[in-house]
Amino acid sequence: MAKIKKKIKSIKVNADKCNGCRSCEIICSNFHATPKYSSINPARSRIQVILDPMTDIWLPVFAGEYTPAECMGRGKYVIDGKEYDDCTFCRASCPARDRFKEPDSGLPIKCDMCEENDPGQPPLCVQWCYNEVLIYEEREEEVEEEVRLDEIEIGLESLVDKYGFQKLVDSIARMSQKGSSL
Amino acid sequence: MRCAETGYNLEIDLATGNIEKVETDPKLTELHLGGLGYNVKLFWDRVPPETKAFDPENLLIFSSGLLCGTPAFSFNRTCVTTISPQTELLAYPMMGGFWAAELKYAGYDRVIFRNKSPKLVYIYINNDKVEIRDASHLKGMGTVEIRDILKKELNEPKVSIAAIGLAGENRVFTASIEQGRSSASRLGGGAVMGDKNIKAVVVRGTKDINLARGEEFIKHVNKVGEYIKFRNENPLKGVMTILSGIGSPQEMKHTDEKWHTENFSWGNARTRRRDFWTDEINQSWSSTQRAAIKRYISCFNCPQQCGALISYKDVPRFKQKCFTKLTYSMAAYVDNLEFNFRIAQRATEYGVDGFSTPQILAFAVELYEAGILTDKDFEGCPPDKEGRFNWLLDRVVRREGIGDILADGTYWAARRIGKGAEAFDHNTIKKHEQLPLKLGMMDPLYFLMYSTNEKISITQIEGNWPQAPFPTKEMREEFVKDWPQLPDDHFKQYFLDWEPRGENSNPYYPTPDMCSEIVDWMEEIHNIDDALGLCCGMGSFCLKPPYHTHNYHLLVSSATGLDIDQVGLKKIVNRSRNLHRAYNVLKGMRRADEKPPQDHWKKRFPELEEQLLDTYYKYKGWNMEGIPTKEKLLELDLDYVAEDLERRGILKDGQN
Ligand code: SF4
Ligand code: SF4
Ligand code: SF4
Ligand code: SF4
Repeated sequence: MAKIKKKIKSIKVNADKCNGCRSCEIICSNFHATPKYSSINPARSRIQVILDPMTDIWLPVFAGEYTPAECMGRGKYVIDGKEYDDCTFCRASCPARDRFKEPDSGLPIKCDMCEENDPGQPPLCVQWCYNEVLIYEEREEEVEEEVRLDEIEIGLESLVDKYGFQKLVDSIARMSQKGSSL
Repeated sequence: MRCAETGYNLEIDLATGNIEKVETDPKLTELHLGGLGYNVKLFWDRVPPETKAFDPENLLIFSSGLLCGTPAFSFNRTCVTTISPQTELLAYPMMGGFWAAELKYAGYDRVIFRNKSPKLVYIYINNDKVEIRDASHLKGMGTVEIRDILKKELNEPKVSIAAIGLAGENRVFTASIEQGRSSASRLGGGAVMGDKNIKAVVVRGTKDINLARGEEFIKHVNKVGEYIKFRNENPLKGVMTILSGIGSPQEMKHTDEKWHTENFSWGNARTRRRDFWTDEINQSWSSTQRAAIKRYISCFNCPQQCGALISYKDVPRFKQKCFTKLTYSMAAYVDNLEFNFRIAQRATEYGVDGFSTPQILAFAVELYEAGILTDKDFEGCPPDKEGRFNWLLDRVVRREGIGDILADGTYWAARRIGKGAEAFDHNTIKKHEQLPLKLGMMDPLYFLMYSTNEKISITQIEGNWPQAPFPTKEMREEFVKDWPQLPDDHFKQYFLDWEPRGENSNPYYPTPDMCSEIVDWMEEIHNIDDALGLCCGMGSFCLKPPYHTHNYHLLVSSATGLDIDQVGLKKIVNRSRNLHRAYNVLKGMRRADEKPPQDHWKKRFPELEEQLLDTYYKYKGWNMEGIPTKEKLLELDLDYVAEDLERRGILKDGQN
């Protein structure tokens, strides 16, 4: 594949300063509501703050790619006396857990850097983190061109993984016959 | 579709185990909003005024505020409402943290408990699944240690937990409801929870909350956010550091405690330690505090960080905020802060109010020193100050020996002990321990806030008006220049003319008329916060807050879709406020109860104080007993209240 120059957007997370307010979760879910700002539900947020207060763990994690299968082996990390399991830092919407899935449908969610709704502005979670835990950074990198799946395709892929291709096709056919609004 | 609120109450009958999700009447929201306002209405409608705190008919309501869970910053208060065992009035201890928002995401605006459970239980609310679960294995457990156990048991790390400790289980009148970082501490909510046999209420919610006009709402919120940033970057000049910022008192961050240690008479409020804050103390306290604080933490959706995770030497970790940082050391006359972190950790596990409890322990020590309590009462008590406080705390939360009497608070304990103990109950209003102020000159604004508000906790005395006049005209001019929070520009003149000495100074200035206006406004802001679920540190309890009388209604209307303007909002909270007063009047509250503790100020002015009450009552539309007049009640669509008061002969037709 060809090499292209690409603007990489990234968010640096200074987790030591996180105070657990969850403002990032709130605004992410509010911003991505349809219509925009019409509802809030932190469970739909593409950033989730992992909390274990008594061990002093306050860790915002972003939703990444959907994965159909969980990892084979899983370990634990001990950093600075605090114990984390592998999954803590993982961005995947993964069958091993509920994180990064729509609470009602179970469909995977993924951070889009707020591109889809409002391209060009700093991500909303960054804007709403007044404690400067989330720092927005842009850099240019040479990367291989890749074909990206859009949101519907990712959602469908996860349904295919869960129910099988044929079942999904059957259901869609059935629903369209009933005149259901997809 | 309901907006901002969920439109559902959760009704739980603890005696039968019946659980119901009940759709609420939208009209009630229009009349009373949510939080405190709505709860007061529920009490008026459903709980006969003869009801005592520990009667099964007493309700225990855990309520969110109307805007909790929305993106508006700092709307996170849980308003617990119940009849207080201590004051025997309708009380509403509040807490920040995360519980209220989680409840809304679970699909409920409030949980209403009635009757008592036959055995100790905890409630698990997970969206539509609500269970009453056995809690016998949690009996006696601390409010912090229970958290990890419940999270494991339920396999849900994201639950919010409100729990009582040993004190609540034993119906100690100062028992709190603890939520990890925050607590509903005042007036014995934890005792009622314990009486109803509820160890904890655990919530997890993953549902949506709707906003009527989201884009518009978020614009208003962003403006508030800009102001929060501005205030955080520009502390106010001319006031003490502790008053210069926004949020709850930043006790975890500030280390300079000269003011709080020397100007209050901690202990049981008799002596002030004027030369307490030496260089040596400053150094030792500051370093202890810094060593103890592991991380600053905030409440749900708030950029401030008033709380902290405490990790000190071998003390098990816990979270803390506000003045519990120093109340125990000061009350025990122990000069190091280490003692405070140690005993506060135990007190938090037990679940007791960090304001009242140290005063009660100090009260016992004073009675002992005065020979009113004897060696027999103190049998087994270590002789040193620290040991004595720890021992007393253990007795109180277990209601053992003298602890059983002390557990009712200083007012009731003094009367049970007798032998002159009543004279040592000199820091209560309406039977509740107050901030141990001991200042020189009576302050007319404080006097009214203290005496007349139904909140009866420390937050009631402070408002948006500065605590003291500024020394120079230039400073005053500077302060009023940028003061958009005022309800009207003419208030500025009151402030400009207010001087530290001379004719225009305390106690005769501000005049009773001016005081009435100022206090009425400050109280209104408190009532708005308590209905909407805003932390008072971002509204009613600090100087120049981000939320004020000119922007609340914009948030309320765009969030709910209700057509409410500034005047409309004022009327709604005024309605609930008068309903609350009327309910407490039915419970026996009268003018004679509206008196700050005798020795709060060295110089008192009995005549002026009566005049202040007269003027303020009149301003509020109350008669000279502090009872809302018929005219006032009708104006607020409270005809049914007027009828009730007349039927009972409390209001007499024609004479108000
Ligand atoms: S969450 Fe991530 S680390 Fe854990 S099993 Fe799934 S893919 Fe692996
Ligand atoms: S960058 Fe945007 S989409 Fe990603 S977590 Fe933050 S707010 Fe959500
Ligand atoms: S907004 Fe910032 S401080 Fe708050 S939880 Fe998110 S990352 Fe932490
Ligand atoms: S100001 Fe402090 S107490 Fe108030 S909501 Fe924010 S963090 Fe909580």
